[in-house]
Amino acid sequence: MSQSITDYAPQTITELVGNPWLAMPMAAGIIMGALTVNVLMLVWAERKVSAWIQRRMGPTEVGPYGLLQTLADMLKLISKQLITPANIDKPLYHLAPLMAFAPVVGAVALFPVSRDYVLLDNDLGLLFVFALGGMAVIAIFMAGWGSNNKYALLGAVRSVAQNISYEIPLILSALSVVLVVNAMGGSTASGLNLSHIAWVQSHEHVWFILLQPLAAIIYFISALAETNRAPFDIPEAESELVAGFHTEYSGMRFSLFFFSEYTNMLIVSMLAVVLFLGGWDGPLLPGPAWFFLKSYALIFVMMWVRWTFPRLRFDQLMTFCWTVLIPLSILNLLATALAISVL
Amino acid sequence: MTNPPRELSPSTEGELYTLNMGPQHPSMHGVLRLVLQLRGEQIVNAKPVIGYSHRAHEKMAENRSALQFLPNSSRIDYLSGMIYNLGYCQAVEKILQIEVPDRAVHIRIIAAELNRISSHLLWFGTFLLDLGGITPFLYSFDDREQILDILDSVTGSRLTYCYGRFGGVTRDVDDEFLERSTAFIKLLRTRLLMYKRLVTDNVILRERCIGVGVISKDTAFRFDVTGPSLRASGVAYDVRKAEPYGGYDRFDFEVPTEEDGDTMSRFHVRIREIEQSCRLIEQAIASMPEGDILPKKMPKRFQIPKGEFYFACESARGHFGIYMVGDGSDIPFKMKLRTPSFSNLSAMPETLRGTMLADTIAIVGGIDIVMPEIDR
Repeated sequence: MSQSITDYAPQTITELVGNPWLAMPMAAGIIMGALTVNVLMLVWAERKVSAWIQRRMGPTEVGPYGLLQTLADMLKLISKQLITPANIDKPLYHLAPLMAFAPVVGAVALFPVSRDYVLLDNDLGLLFVFALGGMAVIAIFMAGWGSNNKYALLGAVRSVAQNISYEIPLILSALSVVLVVNAMGGSTASGLNLSHIAWVQSHEHVWFILLQPLAAIIYFISALAETNRAPFDIPEAESELVAGFHTEYSGMRFSLFFFSEYTNMLIVSMLAVVLFLGGWDGPLLPGPAWFFLKSYALIFVMMWVRWTFPRLRFDQLMTFCWTVLIPLSILNLLATALAISVL
Repeated sequence: MTNPPRELSPSTEGELYTLNMGPQHPSMHGVLRLVLQLRGEQIVNAKPVIGYSHRAHEKMAENRSALQFLPNSSRIDYLSGMIYNLGYCQAVEKILQIEVPDRAVHIRIIAAELNRISSHLLWFGTFLLDLGGITPFLYSFDDREQILDILDSVTGSRLTYCYGRFGGVTRDVDDEFLERSTAFIKLLRTRLLMYKRLVTDNVILRERCIGVGVISKDTAFRFDVTGPSLRASGVAYDVRKAEPYGGYDRFDFEVPTEEDGDTMSRFHVRIREIEQSCRLIEQAIASMPEGDILPKKMPKRFQIPKGEFYFACESARGHFGIYMVGDGSDIPFKMKLRTPSFSNLSAMPETLRGTMLADTIAIVGGIDIVMPEIDR
């Protein structure tokens, strides 16, 4: 490695194109296209994975191996009539799907897909991703509150409590990684820069899952809860709350929630890859291939968990967070800080 | 993580609100409607509302002869139709004192126990579905499907059987039926091991079930809870043992009981009952006698004599009783069906009080109710 650890800087799309006014729509186009394909494929994959686990076939009719099934579903959803229930809080009800959708699209721009290029290089990248993730809670609550439906409201209340609680261990476990990055990477570069976190792991030839195994486990569990995936899918527990906060949404509005849910899965997986699994680091294959291979492997694990476990009860979920995950993550953070100051 | 006993907070702080659960709710079995009064997510009052699938079976019985009512009997509870169908036949046999040939007795026990297993398997799947575990549902239905196929081969129907006749059964079983049943029992035993490893030992399931929805012995007696739900409260009451009927006293089987009365106990009792049913089927197959399946001499008409008659049998959900009043004609003057789910459900308001909304599903799912049986 000729480069020293601190002078690493990937090229952003603005630098590549030269004109920020041209670069921004380009970046938006790339993200939207990629995310749409991603969601379509993830839904297909989820159905296939669940089918394998349950000894079924899954979709087979539309396209080879049923690959175009979700595309057909999406077209159906788009063409459906938008039903607006009576006596709703109109602004909240209409804004909520957009509020759920927009932040997840924004967050994707920050991820260092390859060693040399990134769409947006930001020294506060990690904070930005968490901030955008926090906005999803607002959207869910708006949806639940605005729908004038008790099931939706209950789902929203649960969701807010759950997401806010699980954000704490999520951020604390990520912070221990930031401490390690700052200790290893010198003081000039920010440990909150996602490209830099990946770069340090590659440069030092150590993935942080080896240095921070506990943080990695806490992160993954909290990420499942943060994306409302089973066994933590309590906000939309269909056996209790019909469909939770999106009970009253149909057609395209529903698919926006769906879109953001699956994109959220990708975001937490990509973040896990950047924080713990070395980002684009890997032998032989090019960087982006490794990056997405790792991300989708994590997503597969999330699907596997979902189709294997029953659901926790809401109070058990909160107890687990506050009595197990948060103390553990605080201890882990303190131990990391202590180790760094001693070494 | 443990489940501390939850007391209903005496304070009237916070507003109560009413939540209508059902009749169209994804995890209400059939068309049960629960009117819940909630404080936050805690249940203050629960009121089951029934009657959405009332078909007046009792009234129908008073308008047709005993034989004409026979097909109705398996429609009372469509998940253990065979037991109800044979139970009704046995009731009429008891009234008219018809002797059932040995071979028919054995066939009836095989059919009824297969039906009991299929009913428990369906409960197993749907109960876990209620708890959010989707995959076990498909596996248990896969097993159940084989039972339906086996019974289909001899009865001609998959769900609402009309296999019994007064004095015996309609069709004799062949060796293939017996072989398939034996093979299925063998397979089911391996599947039960898998279910134990993957489901019963799962920590999330245990957390959701242990200590949840406790029906004490006292509550069970007051509301006349029967079946697996009663046996989970530590009472070894099973009509097959208590008042043996239909030849059950010739076979060796146990009545599984658990002490705690919670949802987990009910879970264990049902799984252990599947094993006992397997044992019964094996014994019945092993000692299957040759001979007729209907008595040689049968009365031409089935006249219900003057007087009151009661017959009880053990369905998959508990004590199923038939009370009949005859006036000497073909048509019963009065018929009352005592169905177990009705009593089991009536214990729910007391059990649900003070629990969380999420537990409602686990508790109501755990007592295994079938709505058409409640409404009749």
